[in-house]
Amino acid sequence: MNLRALKAILVAGVMLPAAQAAATDLEVTHWWTSGGEAAAVKELAKGFDATGNKWVDGAIAGSGGTARPIMISRITGGDPMGATQFNHGRQAQELVEAGLMRDLTAVAEKGKWKDIIKPASLLESCTINGKIYCAPVNIHSWQWLWLSNEAFKKAGVDVPKNWNEFVAAGPALQKAGIQPLALGGQPWQATGAFDTLIISLGGKDLYMKVFKDKDAKAAAGPEMAAIFKAANEARKLAKGTNVQDWNQATNMVVTGKAGGQIMGDWAQGEFQLAGKKAGTDYTCLPGLGLNQYLTAGGDAFYFPVLKDKAKSEAQDKLAETIVDPKVQVAFNLKKGSLPVRGDVDLSSANDCMKKGLEVLAKGNILSSTDQLLSPDTQKQKEDLFSQFFANESITPEAAQKRFADIIASAN
Amino acid sequence: MAPHSSAGRPSQLFKNLNSKIALIPMMLVALVVFLGGTVWTVVYSFTRSGLLPRLSFVGLDQYERLWAAPRWIISIQNLAIYGILSLIFSLVIGFVLAALMDQKIRFENTFRTIFLYPFALSFIVTGLVWQWILNPEFGVQSIVRSLGWSTFEFDPLYNSDIVIYGILIAGLWQGTGLVMCLMLAGLRGIDEDIWKASRVDGIPMWKTYVLIIIPMMRPVFITTLVLIASGIVKVYDLVVAQTSGGPGIASEVPAKYVYDYMFQAQNLGQGFAASTMMLVTVAIIIIPWAYLEFGGKKRG
Repeated sequence: MNLRALKAILVAGVMLPAAQAAATDLEVTHWWTSGGEAAAVKELAKGFDATGNKWVDGAIAGSGGTARPIMISRITGGDPMGATQFNHGRQAQELVEAGLMRDLTAVAEKGKWKDIIKPASLLESCTINGKIYCAPVNIHSWQWLWLSNEAFKKAGVDVPKNWNEFVAAGPALQKAGIQPLALGGQPWQATGAFDTLIISLGGKDLYMKVFKDKDAKAAAGPEMAAIFKAANEARKLAKGTNVQDWNQATNMVVTGKAGGQIMGDWAQGEFQLAGKKAGTDYTCLPGLGLNQYLTAGGDAFYFPVLKDKAKSEAQDKLAETIVDPKVQVAFNLKKGSLPVRGDVDLSSANDCMKKGLEVLAKGNILSSTDQLLSPDTQKQKEDLFSQFFANESITPEAAQKRFADIIASAN
Repeated sequence: MAPHSSAGRPSQLFKNLNSKIALIPMMLVALVVFLGGTVWTVVYSFTRSGLLPRLSFVGLDQYERLWAAPRWIISIQNLAIYGILSLIFSLVIGFVLAALMDQKIRFENTFRTIFLYPFALSFIVTGLVWQWILNPEFGVQSIVRSLGWSTFEFDPLYNSDIVIYGILIAGLWQGTGLVMCLMLAGLRGIDEDIWKASRVDGIPMWKTYVLIIIPMMRPVFITTLVLIASGIVKVYDLVVAQTSGGPGIASEVPAKYVYDYMFQAQNLGQGFAASTMMLVTVAIIIIPWAYLEFGGKKRG
């Protein structure tokens, strides 16, 4: 009797996974693990499950820096997942060139991606040798300053309207026992904050000269010297944050423990999740309130080449689902990012998203550093800026010299 | 011993044939995986390999870049500080603990378990635990402050200048238990009569330890040294769990540089160059030592 029961359990254990596999499972890896991000992923999964397939979630915690090596080693090691997130641009370039990624051109032509995806640079980043290899899912821009209205009220100063006012309000915040600027310890955060300063304080031309043309002279010039001075001020305001993850730093702004944070628009999801309202509880300043330019990088899904035919079909379905207007709206509202197509209804978007859409509509869009620079150069920048922001014994001049060297050897 | 072959005396090659055949897989693994992998890595460290290995040689470019990178220099310095101090302290603390344990104390088993227990935890867990203990808002600093010393400051993990010592503390906490156990085993292996003889001669206890016991424990010390040293060179997970290299790049170590550049920066060439340098460093230490240790015995 007992033995028979055991047998039944064992058989069930073998049969159950087999039964589930009937509707095609597709494992999707990504690094969206903060509260707001996880909520957005659920929308994506819901949309995909509705096509009769099954989304198997493969979230990898610890931000892209941790997740990407795992994804890449799985793909190159012969154990590919069904689909995976990358920041589009050059992160997956070599994988595509090695023929490990599935060509999505047919799906893209059927869905007329060329006409609907705005800005066009997003699809260009997915295109290698005339073929399309990824499905863009959202537009992310780095150039935002998030401010806690409560913190400024407590310090007795008006909520700043731009970066300069924010810096001026720093001492008042410190006096009130509030951390002026929240900056997490992960290297990409310091780098992103610095790149934002280049666009917002230095302007579009400087940014393009340094990162697109890799002009080492401009990187060593007086315009950049001003940016390094500003970064020097920023690191003084950021001293004492003592957290690692970006969402912990954002949480300091959400709870009014910190005055502000330079962070991409994904921070918005955290404010939303905490039930805060744009305008009354928190303020967002695109382009730090100065030069209103946004970089349109973002996330995209890449699909490794699989042998299984049913899975390959499911991959096409997922690619279609990602650009589907309904999914786009549901996903991006939760995530706080902007949709990749201009023809969707975003009347339910909040103040901050509308500000972002306005900038996009004006055409003030630049390529992101992920699109312009190789991961190798990005990593060298990260080493420099994480050290610069953490260690005040490195002078702005010394840091600028190293920065110019990196740009001179950049590819 | 008793060969049942009828063809007379077997040649040297076929002596113990069974055990030689049994060794072939192991030898293949050693040759292909260890030696082959090492050679492959060294060769590719002279190329411009990106995300995937690619044979386009660039000479010493990767090495020039490596030694010009401030992060690599800091990594090497950190490894030197961590290595030398953890070698000294784990040997000294481990031996002293073992010597104390050897005084026929009560509850020896309990103490031994307590001291060895940290070794049962992985470096990741150790790192997380010490990250909390050393966190100024939850750990030691806040406890001492709540006791009344409101200006007390102890935040090694957030101070670039001393962060490596914060990691050292955690490493010692984890590792000394094992050293103690090895030393204790060594001490127990010393004949009682030696102690009795030295007592008869009126030699003070500390002198007996330093001049008689420790020289007799040489094999134990060498085993311990190898264990500690190999742990030092590959220290990685402790740093990742405790600081992830921060603040800034102040607590980076070579192994982390290799990983980050191979996989995050998608620059295999740079990562291989760094790992080759690690191999060279180890070889510089190991080869003279092995020469002295094993070469000397043959002569004697």
